[in-house]
Amino acid sequence: MLVSTKWLKEYVNTQQLPPAQLGEKITRAGIEVDAVIDRSEDLANLVVGYVTECSKHPEADKLSICQVDVGAGEIDQIICGAPNIAKGQSVIVARPGALLPGGMKIKKAKLRGEESNGMICSLQELGIESKLVPKSYVEGIYVLPEPVEPGTDVLSYLDLDDTVLELGLTPNRADAMSMLGVAYEVGAILEEEVTLPKMDYKESTDRAESMLTLEVDAPEANPLYVAKVVRNIEVKESPVWLQQRLMAAGVRPHNNVVDVTNYVLMEYGQPLHAFDYDSLGTGNITVRQAKEGEKITTLDDTERTLSPHHLVITNGKDPVALAGVMGGANSEVSDKTTTVVIESAYFSADSIRRTSKDHNLRSDASSRYEKGVDPNRVIPAAERAAQLLSELAGGEVLGGSLVFDELDKQERIVKVSPDFINSRLGMKIPLEDMLDILSRLKFNTEAANNQLIIQVPTRRQDIQIEEDVVEEIARLYGYDEIPATLPRTDATLGGLSPYQAKRRIVRHFLEGAGLLQATTYSLSSEQSATQFALEPTETTRLLMPMSEERSTLRQSLLPHLLESLAYNTARRTDSVALYETGAVFMKGQDELLDEQEHLAIVMTGLWLDHGWQGEKKPVDFFVAKGIVEGLAEKLGFELSFERGELDGLHPGRTAFIMLDGTRIGVIGELHPAEQKKRDLKSTIAVELNLATLLTLETDALIYTPVPRYPSISRDVALVLSKRVEAQSIEQVIRKAGAKLLKDVRVFDLYEGEGMEEGKKSLAFSLTYFDPEKTLTDEEVNAAHDKVINALTESGAELR
Amino acid sequence: MEARLQELKKEALGKIETAHTVKELTDVRVAYLGKKGPITDVLKGMGKLPAEERPRMGALVNEVRGEVTESLDARMVILEEQAINEKLQRETIDISLPGRPAKTGNPHPLTRVVEEIEDLFLSMGYEIAEGPEVEKDYYNFEALNLPKGHPARDMQDSFYITEDILLRTHTSPVQARTMEAKGGEPIKIICPGKVYRRDNDDATHSHQFTQIEGLVVGENIRMSDLKGTLSVFAKKMFGEDREIRLRPSFFPFTEPSVEMDISCFKCGGDGCNVCKKTGWIEILGAGMVHPNVLEMAGYDSKRLTGFAFGMGPERIAMLKYAIEDIRHFYTNDVRFLTQFQRTEL
Repeated sequence: MLVSTKWLKEYVNTQQLPPAQLGEKITRAGIEVDAVIDRSEDLANLVVGYVTECSKHPEADKLSICQVDVGAGEIDQIICGAPNIAKGQSVIVARPGALLPGGMKIKKAKLRGEESNGMICSLQELGIESKLVPKSYVEGIYVLPEPVEPGTDVLSYLDLDDTVLELGLTPNRADAMSMLGVAYEVGAILEEEVTLPKMDYKESTDRAESMLTLEVDAPEANPLYVAKVVRNIEVKESPVWLQQRLMAAGVRPHNNVVDVTNYVLMEYGQPLHAFDYDSLGTGNITVRQAKEGEKITTLDDTERTLSPHHLVITNGKDPVALAGVMGGANSEVSDKTTTVVIESAYFSADSIRRTSKDHNLRSDASSRYEKGVDPNRVIPAAERAAQLLSELAGGEVLGGSLVFDELDKQERIVKVSPDFINSRLGMKIPLEDMLDILSRLKFNTEAANNQLIIQVPTRRQDIQIEEDVVEEIARLYGYDEIPATLPRTDATLGGLSPYQAKRRIVRHFLEGAGLLQATTYSLSSEQSATQFALEPTETTRLLMPMSEERSTLRQSLLPHLLESLAYNTARRTDSVALYETGAVFMKGQDELLDEQEHLAIVMTGLWLDHGWQGEKKPVDFFVAKGIVEGLAEKLGFELSFERGELDGLHPGRTAFIMLDGTRIGVIGELHPAEQKKRDLKSTIAVELNLATLLTLETDALIYTPVPRYPSISRDVALVLSKRVEAQSIEQVIRKAGAKLLKDVRVFDLYEGEGMEEGKKSLAFSLTYFDPEKTLTDEEVNAAHDKVINALTESGAELR
Repeated sequence: MEARLQELKKEALGKIETAHTVKELTDVRVAYLGKKGPITDVLKGMGKLPAEERPRMGALVNEVRGEVTESLDARMVILEEQAINEKLQRETIDISLPGRPAKTGNPHPLTRVVEEIEDLFLSMGYEIAEGPEVEKDYYNFEALNLPKGHPARDMQDSFYITEDILLRTHTSPVQARTMEAKGGEPIKIICPGKVYRRDNDDATHSHQFTQIEGLVVGENIRMSDLKGTLSVFAKKMFGEDREIRLRPSFFPFTEPSVEMDISCFKCGGDGCNVCKKTGWIEILGAGMVHPNVLEMAGYDSKRLTGFAFGMGPERIAMLKYAIEDIRHFYTNDVRFLTQFQRTEL
């Protein structure tokens, strides 16, 4: 809502406060002033000029040489390039030394050999947006609609010596979507009275009913309809003050009839519509629900097909307006119009919301109806429009109005006790102060038996319950006055749940291991939503995605995390290791999705890079596996790994992560084709179901006594087929080594030169230990021999 | 014999003097004091001496032996020290070469901000409550006093999946769920999480972002308690000398509703580019829980009252660290992420 402070003063005394200060007071009382716009900013030295002569420039087709009376008998020659310049116009002249927006300074100049003492201005050159300039002046200079004394200061004549407050209104404050509403708010803040517009005009002895009949067939959607008839009007341009007020409010002037309806809309917050009486053709207005498939062409020249839940105004036969949203082209007021029907109505918010949503049509009218207009302003607004039309268009207002009225216009009663107010706020506001605030708000209040009985004006639809009154009292008393205390609840323990605490442990572990935490989007393309998912389900798409890229909920964290990786490598960061924890979204049993918290890791480039000491080690499968193993150890349970394959991963370098026989994740190197597609070098990816891990309960930690006897180790090197996995050999060793074997570790792998084709050498270090005594060589040898035998039996060859 | 001893002694002392390495000196020791050395030879020849000469000569041999040994040991100390010094000299490294980097990552800046806020409220006895990101319309809107068709639903255009299921537009549904689950019991929670709105991504908008909300419900919870709690938060988060100011506002789920500004942490309130010359920075929205919200979750709004507040970690991080574009949080540029390594304490 744009509020001209100059206009506002017509209704309320703003105590000569500078606009910025007024804005600050409004903001502190609850309506945020988003901007304070000085309309005269960067403007100076502009006067009204009268064009006494106008002739073509001899050297330039598009230029005119004008003699302009700029006041005090002074005639200046000014060259003008506007197509609509003509002799006899009153125009805006920027004289030498004048300032225009953008820091432009006007100087004397010569244009194609002819002297020019200034510039004749368009409204855009005065800083007014093109969309607000009346259509006939968009392409040229602005011509004042009435003759004005040359030399008159333009800023005050055009009311540009004004500051506009831009209000950021919350949905509850629909009352402030009008100048009068803002006046009541300012009046309450500054403790000033509100002056309503004067409404005296003569009505004709002929009655409106003699020309028009009214029927309302949809009383629920339209409980109140008022029509007034004004005839013998002259449709023309509105006077400057009206045009400028509309422009200040962000509305483009059209002609006096349309401008009056818009003016009253801005003044009262009540949408109005004017029909050309003769175009109606039937002398009838009927309000009804549309018929299925019925059509109307609205004022924006768009043909719209209607449904029964759309409310229309008809002439008894065909629709002439989409009720409360936009008028129809067939009944539009034109230059030839002599008689108009003024409509002021109350349409239900629901009906308007559906219509404007279906047709994707938002107007100043519909946005007010959607939030609810004041039932008690419908009739005054119609009268105000009639008065302005008789004043500005020379219209003859027919006596009376056609009215359909089933609307409840009762004021709501809210009862609240002063104690309630103070206990909610945690303060002690005296009763007199509360009463004073309510009277400033113009809420009629009766105080009896420790109770305030408040009559809420219908313009304040937002005041419904006791708490609403608490807010009204508090905001005008001042939020600064509220003391600062802390809740006096019983002491609560609070703290992280085990799940949350373990999630932090996981994060710290991964960061300690050298991974950076990343965050990516949950929405992806349908195509990549299930990529890398271990157990993909049916995908979940948005009803109305903003783009295909963000249309579907992800089932794996990896696709986006890999994108982040590629983003970095494309910017020459070759070594990157990222992790992310976040939800993936699987189709579940009930209507909600099965959201699972996952952990993903991606890494590429060098893992170790300490160049000058000659250490460079690229990331590989085992770096990632080590991190996963370390994480499991940190969380206190064991994982195992099983060879596996997954689309997009290298078939020979992929393992499923197993927990008690269940797949909970995957580690793998990206498939070379996938790497190429994503423009990545060798990349390792991990994803696992973190929720499963974090939900597991871990055993209590009990210490094992530190060994009192030494352990003894023996090494064994084996020649094996390349296909034999270390894990299977380790199992043979562990089984044969029985109780004395404390630990088995791979310490060497050799597959190169000197080995038979298809074979590899694998060396293990075995640690023997007895907690009860120092082992003798004989005992160790006996145990180790058993291991060797078992290995040989299993087909391994000792090296 | 005596002369021979004196000569040997002189000779040995001379060689000791001229030995320049531990090795040379060890050779001298072996040469003169060893089992096959000349002094031992002298000792062996003592048998030929008259009995009365022997004690004196014995003493003399021991004296010479002692003197040589002493000199050897002294010289050895010097040479060993010299040898160590040479070794140290050789082993000197260029300490200006870079160290081996300790492998370390760090949390995302949003996690950093969220965790800081979580920790502050955990220390005040709050619990952390979480909930689903794909939510029922009921919890996201209706239970929060936003019935279908409510004008405030316009404020947050949403990603719907079906008519009744959507990506949550705020973390408030977690509050609604918690209240429902607690069945009328007092509550003190913080709810962090991801939320989604139909916005085109640009420097200040993101279709996905994070929120953190707080909710306290109990007997006689007053607006002054909200103010006090927020004041503690502002001081802990943005500095002890921060002041707060509340401005009336509107949220469907609270009444009265407020927005909280803090005095600018950059200029202290004088006006600068961070606070857009106002001296104040808008940080969060809050209010007293609307009685409809309490009643819908099964609370007796006459007996129990509450306050709630909510803020955007992105905005806080952008203000704190002077980040100019919200998209940085989701691009994961390593050159951005690694800047949030160090502590500010």
